[in-house]
Amino acid sequence: MNLTKSFYLLLTLTLLSGPVLAQTPEERGLEIAREVKQRDFGWADMQAEMLMVLRNKQGEESVREIRIKSLEQEGDGDKSLTIFDKPLDVKGTAFLSFSHPLEADDQWLYLPALKRVKRISSRNKSGPFMGSEFAYEDLSSFEIEKYSYKYIKDESCEGGTCFVVEQYPVDKDSGYTRRVAWIDQDQYRVWKVEFYDRKNSLLKTLSFKGYQQYLDRYWRADLQQMINHQNGKSTDLKWSGYQFRVGLNDSDFNKNTLKRAR
Amino acid sequence: MCKRLWLSGLSVLLLSGSAAADEVFFEYSGRLSGELQGYLHEGQFNGQGYQSNASLALEPELYWEFNGGNDSVVFTPFYRLDQHDDERTHGDIRELSWIHVGDDWELRSGLRKVFWGVTEFNHLVDVINQTDAVEDSDGEDKLGQPMVNLSLVRDWGIVDLFVLPGFRERSFAGREGRTRSGLVVDTDNVRYESGDGDQHIDTAVRWSQSFDLFDVGLYWFNGTNRDPRLETALIQGKPVLVPVYEQMDQIGFDGQATLDSWLWKLELLWRDTPSDRYSAMQAGVEYSFYGVSDTTTDVGVLVEYGWDERGIDADTIFQNDLFLGSRIALNDAASTEFLVGFGYDLDFDSRSLFLEAGSRFGERWKLSLDARLFDARDNRDLMVNIEQDDLLQLTADYYF
Repeated sequence: MNLTKSFYLLLTLTLLSGPVLAQTPEERGLEIAREVKQRDFGWADMQAEMLMVLRNKQGEESVREIRIKSLEQEGDGDKSLTIFDKPLDVKGTAFLSFSHPLEADDQWLYLPALKRVKRISSRNKSGPFMGSEFAYEDLSSFEIEKYSYKYIKDESCEGGTCFVVEQYPVDKDSGYTRRVAWIDQDQYRVWKVEFYDRKNSLLKTLSFKGYQQYLDRYWRADLQQMINHQNGKSTDLKWSGYQFRVGLNDSDFNKNTLKRAR
Repeated sequence: MCKRLWLSGLSVLLLSGSAAADEVFFEYSGRLSGELQGYLHEGQFNGQGYQSNASLALEPELYWEFNGGNDSVVFTPFYRLDQHDDERTHGDIRELSWIHVGDDWELRSGLRKVFWGVTEFNHLVDVINQTDAVEDSDGEDKLGQPMVNLSLVRDWGIVDLFVLPGFRERSFAGREGRTRSGLVVDTDNVRYESGDGDQHIDTAVRWSQSFDLFDVGLYWFNGTNRDPRLETALIQGKPVLVPVYEQMDQIGFDGQATLDSWLWKLELLWRDTPSDRYSAMQAGVEYSFYGVSDTTTDVGVLVEYGWDERGIDADTIFQNDLFLGSRIALNDAASTEFLVGFGYDLDFDSRSLFLEAGSRFGERWKLSLDARLFDARDNRDLMVNIEQDDLLQLTADYYF
């Protein structure tokens, strides 16, 4: 066997085995994330209502009522307007966010008592949202660039067979070392996410229930349940009144609309 | 197929159109607020010989929305009953206004409140509304201002045009009220520079814009100065202070840079009145530590400096003052928060300290504890008047 011949043999082997061997678990994870994002793109704009039920260790409940409007942006994170109805002492408070995949989000808070619009720091990713078990970063829109990925295995789940994928936050301000997500292979919906804290111990589990399809394409869960394993508290997030393509545009997301949002 | 699509499209249009156009959305909410004040000392002036004071305030809000959300009306009356001070027992229409929204503009008419500014210890450039000074010494309570405000949204920023018909006089503590000077302000004998008195029509124009990490605003205001000059006068043989409201031109700038956990804040003011022409500044920085020592607690640290060109002759207590503060948020279900601030006057050596703590109880109650302590060291400092007015205040707010 001469050198040229062995070279060609090697080349042929490489080419043949390529599709099977070339994809590392990291690439597989990224590919799944891309598919999740791809399948959820194009909803344009949406609005919905959100009921948060906070439960402490003793089972005592406290309620938050929130409305959200979102506008999809091509090549950038979403714009969103969040309006607080309950608790009553923060009624009329509104929050405007222009999210970006990697740069810091632009965020403004409207305080109705003073009629004041405050530009706020978006560094606080890991802090609790409204005293709940959801951190701000748990509620922000999913962007591919926010994580690096690793496919782990296939496993049966509520949605059939799921990919189990580890997601490692790129942002150093994230409160997590990793998230483990269960994504069904049929529709690429997320069914469960486990959150591991900065010490890499299990902190929270988020489950998605009651998926419904909108516009014959976009899947949204009616219920998201977050359980904190370390403090024994939990938060249910119940969605209702989902409406897509209601005709929102950029002019619905500025400081003027923030001031009269209610 | 095509026809069915067209038909369903039409019915959606008709349904949404009719439902939106005819429907009037109405909402009723509000706040009832009980307040107990404990003064650490008896007041230094006649009429202030008490140390505890009770007060009750009601602020309902009625809101209508119609024309598919393009029109809305809000009505917010306010009334406070005070145990001692007749001037603090008072009512106001905080808001009675109609907003009409167009594509890239909105028109806001009626009695309204507008806030401009970025700093925390002093609201230097906030000029549209008169201060309801009997409410609190922090100057954050405002009287409803009559206005027509056209707001235009452009790529290069938001432009607000204001016509302000009618002027609101500042409220001042009465003879039985605390937090006043030795002479009582006689609000029944107000003087105006303008022959139009409180009917002078003021105008203002403001531009504001966000450039990436920077939020800026610039305005020009022409009209009646919200801050009166206080002149001594004899009314019915008694010495009193008479508020004199002059005309002024004012240019104000506010800017904030939001850089990671840092907020850099600047307010600048140029004011031109017949008796004075001066500039003033309030500038500072706020840094936040999020989730300190593995808890959910956020701690913000604030430093600000206030300066006034008129120096020790200024009719403000923020002429050369340094402020330090901290904002602590527990981020718990009850939204427990603390704000503590310390002010130091570099000219007069006087100090002030305030603390605000608040937490929610149940779904409808909020309890707050406020403390304000004053320590004046120089008779030329305006703070000397309120030196005996150290205060602890417990407030229970009920929301409905």
